[in-house]
Amino acid sequence: MSSARIRGADAILRSLEAEGVPVMFGIPGGAIMPTYDAMAHGTTVRHVLARHEQGAGHMAQGYARASGEVGVAIATSGPGATNLVTPIADAWMDSTPLVCITGQVRSTLIGTDAFQECDITGITMPIVKHSWLVQDAREIPAVMKAAFHIARSGRCGPVLVDVPRDVQEAELEFAYPDQVDLPGWKPPTKVHPLQIREAARVMAGAEKPVLYVGGGTINADACGELLALAEAGRMPVITTLMGKGAFPETHGLHFGWPGMHGPKWSNLAMNSCDVLVAVGSRFDDRVTGKLAAFAPGATVVHLDVDAAEISKLRSADVPVVGPLKKALRELAREVGRLREEGAPAPEGWLQKIAEWREEFPLRYGSTPGVIKPQLVTEQLQSLTAGEDVVVTTGVGQHQMWAMQYLLSERPRSFISSGGLGTMGYGIPAAIGAKAARPEATVVCVDGDGCFQMTCQELATAVLEDLPIVVVLVNNEHLGMVTQWQDMFFGGRRSHVHLTRAVPDYARLAEAYGAVGITVREEDELQPALEEALGLGRTVVVDVHVDPTEQCFPMIPAGAAAVDMIEWEETEGVEAAS
Amino acid sequence: MKHTISVTVEDRPGALTRITTMFARRGFNIDSLAVGPTERPGVSCITLRVDCAQHTLEQIEKQIHKLVNVLRVTELVPGDAVERELMVIKVSAEPERRAELVSTAEAFSGRVLDLGPDAVVFELVGTPEELDSFHELCRPHGVRELVRTGRIGMSRASSKRPRSPRLAAIN
Ligand SMILES: Cc1ncc(C[n+]2csc(CCOP(=O)(O)OP(=O)(O)O)c2C)c(N)n1
Repeated sequence: MSSARIRGADAILRSLEAEGVPVMFGIPGGAIMPTYDAMAHGTTVRHVLARHEQGAGHMAQGYARASGEVGVAIATSGPGATNLVTPIADAWMDSTPLVCITGQVRSTLIGTDAFQECDITGITMPIVKHSWLVQDAREIPAVMKAAFHIARSGRCGPVLVDVPRDVQEAELEFAYPDQVDLPGWKPPTKVHPLQIREAARVMAGAEKPVLYVGGGTINADACGELLALAEAGRMPVITTLMGKGAFPETHGLHFGWPGMHGPKWSNLAMNSCDVLVAVGSRFDDRVTGKLAAFAPGATVVHLDVDAAEISKLRSADVPVVGPLKKALRELAREVGRLREEGAPAPEGWLQKIAEWREEFPLRYGSTPGVIKPQLVTEQLQSLTAGEDVVVTTGVGQHQMWAMQYLLSERPRSFISSGGLGTMGYGIPAAIGAKAARPEATVVCVDGDGCFQMTCQELATAVLEDLPIVVVLVNNEHLGMVTQWQDMFFGGRRSHVHLTRAVPDYARLAEAYGAVGITVREEDELQPALEEALGLGRTVVVDVHVDPTEQCFPMIPAGAAAVDMIEWEETEGVEAAS
Repeated sequence: MKHTISVTVEDRPGALTRITTMFARRGFNIDSLAVGPTERPGVSCITLRVDCAQHTLEQIEKQIHKLVNVLRVTELVPGDAVERELMVIKVSAEPERRAELVSTAEAFSGRVLDLGPDAVVFELVGTPEELDSFHELCRPHGVRELVRTGRIGMSRASSKRPRSPRLAAIN
């Protein structure tokens, strides 16, 4: 590659351009000003100005998860960098490929407690795949190349590049390397054929198999291969919150979602299976509940690109380490061959789970005059079925109802904070998703608590022309916490009431230049949602739902699936679904 | 069970911190730790002593292996590795008891580094167990100060074991 003499700040932008990055999300400040000045001189990378660095980080995450590309967030030193900590932690937990670029105080000031100095590489060390404090402008091209490579190879995740101001100002001969020089970074690229054969044998021989599919499958771009495997083996698929969309949820082999608020039929299948095939999933405690009681009779086949996930929590009988795309493709072929040779498909088992689904459907009550929150996600589902829609969520009850009632047809169409459970994720993630998928309708199903953590980004959505539809499941409470207090803390409500008086969400939306719609009556709901979905503008639909509704079924934290608490019909309340 | 893990790392800023941070975050304990250069320029060796179950050891190895600056992780299996440690110890020694102490040190191939009016500083190199024994023998005299480097080690010249049996199965 030919080289030219440029400043470090330019080198950062030329590197992003060389990586083909179309958009980054950030906020300027002292230590990153040379790089923002370089943007003013021109770059092909669009910069979306967020209103809070946490928003910028979640936008980059939403962009990454909707597009499958690496997301880029940029911030200044000190408070700008610390505001990125939550998105970095979130990206770490949910394996989202993210490159965060932060300004740092001048090299000569590092260690002196200079203005806005903060050891951000130190603070983030436990939550990044890798990080660099760039000490010489000449390192920038190689560091940027490595940053992108590490963020997206092996198990995806966040990396941080911290660049002191004087390094951004210093000159270098710029040439973007073609290759990385990382002798210690060798994620597996192959799958062991013996492991594949053994896994296929176990799967094909199972009477009651379950494919327990996590977000790793989406990250590995292996959803087509998963479909082929499930169909070849006629094996039921259960997708986690992170894996939602990895398998078409209207497909006859899809059987719901596992864990704390998963439907009973899904958890019955998970816990009564004889072979549990974990595909890019990690036995999270919100999925397993009490680990010792989880899927007690199952032989575990565990497929993951990250060897450290295998046998971390549940010992794997058949470990398969390697890229899921290859592993699933080979397994589909092998299992298909074994079926053809006569290994019977588990038709009776599929039948059984379908019966459980009939017998124990998701249910909720109806009270005259109040809108049930489940109705909001149900109607959203019927209005968007078959459409090109990307859904993001906040964290809480509404997130679980979104999981239960929205059927994702495609990978990368459901984006939610799983591992960290970050309230406030939904709105900025939706904006990032819209930047990735401008032709799609992007809907954020949010809670009133979550909304108030990042609603200032409505300004970003409006001004940057990244329209999103926020459907606010407004129960005037920190609902999920309220539910726990009511169920497990003797009903003592402690600091969970948000009120419906403050703020007026529709007027707040209008103040941001968005459209605000308030829905108080059930018959207003569908027209309001229809209108919002058709407007092509940023809209907040504030739906006043039943403030007392609880999310069921529920397996209490640390309990086993047999301890599942189900919705019960109470007097005067009729079952609606 | 105690295990010794030998980790070769690229000599980059933060390489050691990343390992110790990972130990702290995942709740693994380090008994001893020694760091130093190796035969390869730009490559350091970190020897860690940990007390944990086999399952945890595998987790530790895999988690270390994922760190970008880490080149290799090997367990130094007893019997198949040589291990050494250096100890410097200051022992109270009235002139009349000095000869006895010095001859004990000689039995351990120790050296006198410094002599004072009522104390001796010894240097000892040996297996960590030998150093423990010498320390015990010094105790009745009064140990005033003691520092140890933490153990270092490598596989034996005659070793036929693959470098890292467990990780070989993974990659
Ligand atoms: C940043 C953050 N703070 C606190 C929590 C704990 N928490 C989990 S759910 C929840 C309530 C969310 O309320 P809301 O957004 O109104 O959603 P709802 O549960 O009512 O649907 C809280 C406070 C969290 N997950 N994230």
